[in-house]
Amino acid sequence: MRVRIYDRLGETVYSERLKNGLQVIVVPKPGFARSYAAFAVRYGGMDTRFSLGGEWLDTPMGIAHYLEHKMFDTKEGNALQELAQNGAEPNAFTANSMTVYYFDSTEKFEDNLKILLSFVSVPWFTDESVEKERGIISQEIRMGEDNPDHELFQMLLQALYSRSTARNPIAGTVESIADISAGTLYDCHRAFYTPSNMVLIVVGAVDPEHIADLARRVTSEVKGEEIPRDYGEEPETPAAAEMTRTMAVAIPKFAIGFKGKPVPDGPDYYRTSLVGELACTALLGDSSPLYQRLYEDGLVNSSFEAAYEILPGISFVFASGESRESERVRDEIISEADRLLREGIPQDVWQRLSRAAYGSSLRGLNHFESIALSFADGSFHGYDPFTFPEVYSSITPDDVLSFIKEHFTPAQTTLCRILPPE
Amino acid sequence: MHMTRVKLFEGVYLNHLPDRKFKTALLSANFITPLHDQTAAAYALIPAILRRGTQRFPNLGAIEEELDRLYGTSVDYVVRKYAETQCIGFVAVMPDDRYLPPGERLLEPVADLVGELIGDPVTAGGRFVPGYFESEKANLLDDIRSILDDKREYAARRLIEELCRGSNYAVSRYGSEASALKLRLRPLFALYRELIANTRLELIYCGSAPLSRVQGALSIAFGALPRDVIPELPVTEPFAGGDVIRRVEERMDVSQGKLGLGFACGGGSTEALLLGSTIFGGSSNSKLFMHVRERLSLCYYASSQFHQKKRLITVGSGVEFSNLQVAEDEILSQLTAIQNGEIEPWEFEAARAALKNAYGTVEDSLGGIESFALSQLSSLSDDTPEKKIARIEATTLDEVIAAMREVHLDTVYTLLNEEAVA
Repeated sequence: MRVRIYDRLGETVYSERLKNGLQVIVVPKPGFARSYAAFAVRYGGMDTRFSLGGEWLDTPMGIAHYLEHKMFDTKEGNALQELAQNGAEPNAFTANSMTVYYFDSTEKFEDNLKILLSFVSVPWFTDESVEKERGIISQEIRMGEDNPDHELFQMLLQALYSRSTARNPIAGTVESIADISAGTLYDCHRAFYTPSNMVLIVVGAVDPEHIADLARRVTSEVKGEEIPRDYGEEPETPAAAEMTRTMAVAIPKFAIGFKGKPVPDGPDYYRTSLVGELACTALLGDSSPLYQRLYEDGLVNSSFEAAYEILPGISFVFASGESRESERVRDEIISEADRLLREGIPQDVWQRLSRAAYGSSLRGLNHFESIALSFADGSFHGYDPFTFPEVYSSITPDDVLSFIKEHFTPAQTTLCRILPPE
Repeated sequence: MHMTRVKLFEGVYLNHLPDRKFKTALLSANFITPLHDQTAAAYALIPAILRRGTQRFPNLGAIEEELDRLYGTSVDYVVRKYAETQCIGFVAVMPDDRYLPPGERLLEPVADLVGELIGDPVTAGGRFVPGYFESEKANLLDDIRSILDDKREYAARRLIEELCRGSNYAVSRYGSEASALKLRLRPLFALYRELIANTRLELIYCGSAPLSRVQGALSIAFGALPRDVIPELPVTEPFAGGDVIRRVEERMDVSQGKLGLGFACGGGSTEALLLGSTIFGGSSNSKLFMHVRERLSLCYYASSQFHQKKRLITVGSGVEFSNLQVAEDEILSQLTAIQNGEIEPWEFEAARAALKNAYGTVEDSLGGIESFALSQLSSLSDDTPEKKIARIEATTLDEVIAAMREVHLDTVYTLLNEEAVA
């Protein structure tokens, strides 16, 4: 395996791309009781339209998530129970652009890993078992519909995008999942759950070579083909400048979106993502003059947050929180962006923001889950997440100002609100 | 878990947990107060106001800029509930010196800052700054009201309020809206003076610094606090339950019904009930998961929780309105099955493995270590994860069945929409 040592971070990473195309990454963590494994597929809620054998296919919203639910079924019964008997806590989630299966355990880690690799690689379900799952997923969808944060984020994507499949709820709707059959799920598994479209990440007190050997033995020999996907072409401006609805909430909630451009995979992907994070911190972070003013004037409370997101074919900044005057929050953000562009970022402020950014990223290295997810993302988009100290050092205030200039204009902005009933 | 406890001043203790595997260190300062409806909102408000400014850093901006300079150290005010105590104070997480440029030392300046936040607030006319008081009171009211936004948590909270009405366990960590509305600046400042003089203060440090260095830093940072007599805290009485089953129904604009069941526990040992509750609904291979979700497809979640210090069990689930009764019947029939001894050997082993895994990994995160330690300190217990695991291993299936036979239903809470027929 390839070994890379990160002196400054006190970390070592082992990696290998197996013959079947599967990327295996191991981050040893001596001293911890548990080990953690994540098996990720580059296939998520946005991947509903794709080309297979030269033909474009449209699949129902929510299909990747439905498949995730059914993957735990095995010939012997259910992988959840099998793993649980070894004290492992398995689970999975479907995001916009990936599906991740994971567990952690303190005992029998390699046995458990074998179970994980095998149940994700081998589908085993029937029309009957697929039918049974519909009630469970419908209740999961209903639960989301009662969750204002979930609904607000969905609204934001629909306000920002006219055609991108990011508009679709990841779990779909009760209606869109009504006709999903075992046959469609098998087809999607065959297309996407191929070693070359997946990555295995293990974090913990493990032997990296053992992990690679196990993966070599258990995963399929068939590499799989690259599947072209269509996420929809997007215009530069949002689909709607404003969107509002009411729900049973106590305080009005808002999300303000700023539409960006597509970000291609490769080393620049990571740099762009960190430039975006730094721009959010400089403009909207806890130590920014804008946040202090908004907080002190009672326009936002401590639930206020901002982040930069990159998804297939799209990118955006969002700022969200609770406010009774969200139009003012939006206007203040845009005028503060103008001020920063006029006045620039002073050297002492820049130094302090860079220090804070390094410290926050360092903190992520305590969490096995966030390490695994950053390597999954890095593997799918062509970057190494442990290079953050070097990437931060390469970023200049001008990079951040250009980002602010390209994102925070009235034409790119959308405001979504959830209001309490009258 | 290796913890050294040192008395620094009257009622001020340092709890030192050495650990070198994390990239960050944690320092928390917690006042342990009795949980009462009359005082909960007031105590919850105090750290929020203190976080606004100190004599040296008189506003939010000054504090946040200092935290940036301290490499993105976070200092959050915290309000936690353990049994019938309310623990208020601050949690600071700082990068470990080993990952900073040579010569940087963060523990001392971070300890000073936390000490100043507690003992040296910015004041006006000998009291808290009125503007800080007013805006944090408004934020506290928002926090109390916004529990409504998360229906699952809201239903769980309402169940506890109904189940334990009249007892301090029913009080939430932020107190009630009615008591928060009554808060006034002058009495609140008097309560703050009393808090810093007459309440036990538990300082918890977990990180790579040796005891002597931590003791030195904290003795300076907290040396000026006016300390006086510290009264003992009342003991949490176990939940006894009533003579008849109470049913409480609430209506709101929701898509999904919520069901909450509360049970009294009788005289079984803590570990027997913990195992029993785990078999009942504590994991993805529990009776509730396997039957209410997997077999009957009634819900996405149905889970039980054993409240160790109050000795009661709660069950929560989200189901279609028309299925609420079916779900309730099935939940109760699964409890009956356990009481009849219908537990497969693997179910018992899986529950044991899940609990051993949970306690065995407490020390894998700084937050886990700190909250376990504080939970024990709040009731002056000297339990450790190792002792817990040993007792779990020593508990037999017969003891679990006997303990669960004394568990009986006390309260049923349902949340419906306006049209649903219960």
